[in-house]
Amino acid sequence: MSYGATEAVRGIDLEVDRGEVFAFLGPNGAGKTTTVEILEGYRRRTGGEVTVLGEDPQRAGREWRERIGIVLQSGRLDPYLTVRESLDLYAGYFQAPLPTEDVIALIGLEGKADERASRLSGGQQRRLDVGMALVGDPELLFLDEPTTGFDPSARRQAWDVIAGLRDLGKTVFLTTHYMDEAQRLADRVTIIATGQIVAQGTPGDLGERDTGETTIRYRADGREVVLQTTDPVKTLHELTGAALAKGEELEGLEVTRPSLEDVYLELTK
Amino acid sequence: MNGFALVAHQFRYDQKAFWRNPASVFFTVMFPVIVFLILAVVFNGETVNVRGGVAATTYYVPAIMSLSIISATMQTLAMTLVIAREDGRLKRGRGTPMPPWVFIAGRVGNSIVVALMMLVLLATIGGLLYGVSVPWERLPEILLTLVVGAASFCCLGIALTAAIPSQDAAAAIVNALLLPLYFLSGVFIPEDQLPNGVISFADIFPVRHFFDAFFDAYVPAGGPAVSWDNLAVVAAWGVAGLLLAIKFFRWTPRSG
Repeated sequence: MSYGATEAVRGIDLEVDRGEVFAFLGPNGAGKTTTVEILEGYRRRTGGEVTVLGEDPQRAGREWRERIGIVLQSGRLDPYLTVRESLDLYAGYFQAPLPTEDVIALIGLEGKADERASRLSGGQQRRLDVGMALVGDPELLFLDEPTTGFDPSARRQAWDVIAGLRDLGKTVFLTTHYMDEAQRLADRVTIIATGQIVAQGTPGDLGERDTGETTIRYRADGREVVLQTTDPVKTLHELTGAALAKGEELEGLEVTRPSLEDVYLELTK
Repeated sequence: MNGFALVAHQFRYDQKAFWRNPASVFFTVMFPVIVFLILAVVFNGETVNVRGGVAATTYYVPAIMSLSIISATMQTLAMTLVIAREDGRLKRGRGTPMPPWVFIAGRVGNSIVVALMMLVLLATIGGLLYGVSVPWERLPEILLTLVVGAASFCCLGIALTAAIPSQDAAAAIVNALLLPLYFLSGVFIPEDQLPNGVISFADIFPVRHFFDAFFDAYVPAGGPAVSWDNLAVVAAWGVAGLLLAIKFFRWTPRSG
C-alpha cells in the first residue's frame, strides 16, 4: 500500500469482528487514513489482500455500498441544507434507509432538525455527518477521527453517539489519535506507528496495568526522588518504614501506575 | 429509486441549495438583470449596426440572455463543483450507493432550469420596459439553441473544475476567462463598435459563437433562425469539454 513514492503502510494484518467497535489508534501521519481509505474503496492498494463484508473494496459495487457508512476525516456539509434535508437527501441514495426522525434522535439533534448546517456548532456538524453515514442503515461504519479538534463537551456527545452505535449492533471501524477515545469506545484496539502495527488487544490488555512498572515520587532535602518498581507494596513498605524510623516526612509522596496514555506514547515514539 | 427518480431527488436538493446561496442568486440571477438594465438605460434610443440595424435594447436582450445561460451553466457548475469537491462533499457522495453520474445530472438539470428561468425573466423585463417583442414563432429554434449551448457550457464548466485548485481560485479563474470574452464577443459592447480583429479573435471561442447563434434565433431581423455553423462550433467545444471532463474530473479534494 503506497502513496507516491513512499510506502504509507505495510504488513498490516487486521481482523474486525461483526458487531464490535474496533479502534485503529496512532499518531498523525501513522498511516491510519491510508488504511481506512483502502478499506472504504477510495484508494487502491499496491499489494496485499483486503476483504470487507466479503468483498474486495477495490471491486465492490452498489450492493456493497448499501451496507457501509463512511464518515470522512474532513468532510464539510452543504451549508444551505438543514439537518433534516441533508439526511433526507442521503436517505434517497439507499434502498432501505432508516426513518430520518430516528436518525435525528440517534445523533441527538432533535432541537436542530430544521436548522441549516452552517448554523450548527462544529460538534453538531460532526454528529450530522455521522447521521448521514448512518441513514442508509449500514452494517459497518467507518469513522475517521470523529472528534479531532472538539472541545470536551462536544467530544462527550460524539462519544455517546458512537457508543449508541454499538448498542444498535453496528460494526464500527474507528480511527483516532486519542488514547482515551479508544479506551472509552473500543472493544479492541490496534496501535499503528509509522505504517506498522505496534500493539493489538483490548484496551485493558494494552494498559498492562498489572505488569507495568509503578512510579513512586517524593521530595527529600528539597530534591525530587523518583523510583520505578515492579513491586510497589514492598518498595513502599521499606520506604515508609525507614522514614518513620527516622521520624522524617516523605513530602509530596505520590504513587502512579502507567496510564494507557503512557503505554501509547511509549509504543508510538 | 431508479435512475430518473434519483436524478429528480438530487435535483430537488440542488435547487434548494442554489436559491439559498446568496452568491449563486446574485451572480446568476441579479447580476445579468442589473447589467441588462444599465446597458439598456445607457444605449436606449441608439441603433446597433448589425443585421441591417437593430435597436440597442433589442440587441441586449439576446446578448444578456447568452450571458445568463453561460453563467447558469459553465460558471455555476465550475464554482459549485469545486466548492463541493474541496469541502469533501463529492467524496462523501462517492461513498454511497448513488451512481456518480446522478450527482452530475442533478447539477446539470439545476443549471438548465435556472437558464430557462433567466430566459423568461429577461424576455419579460425587455418586453415590459423596452417593448422588445418575444419571438414566439421562433420558440423551437430558441430552445434548440439554448439546449445545445447549455449542454456544451455545462461540459466546459465541469471540465474547467480540473484546472481550479482551490475554492478561493474558483471565482478568479472563471471570471478571468469569461469576463474578457463577454467584452470581446459583443455581449457588453455592441459588435459594430468592435474592431474586426477583436471579433476574429473572439471567433476562436465558444462565447462569441453562442451569442451569434442565440441572436439569430431571437431577433427576427437576423438570418435563418437556426445558425447551424455557430451551433456546430459551440457543440464541438462542448464535446471537447466532455472528453476533458471524463478524463480529468476528480471527486476528491485537491487540498488536504
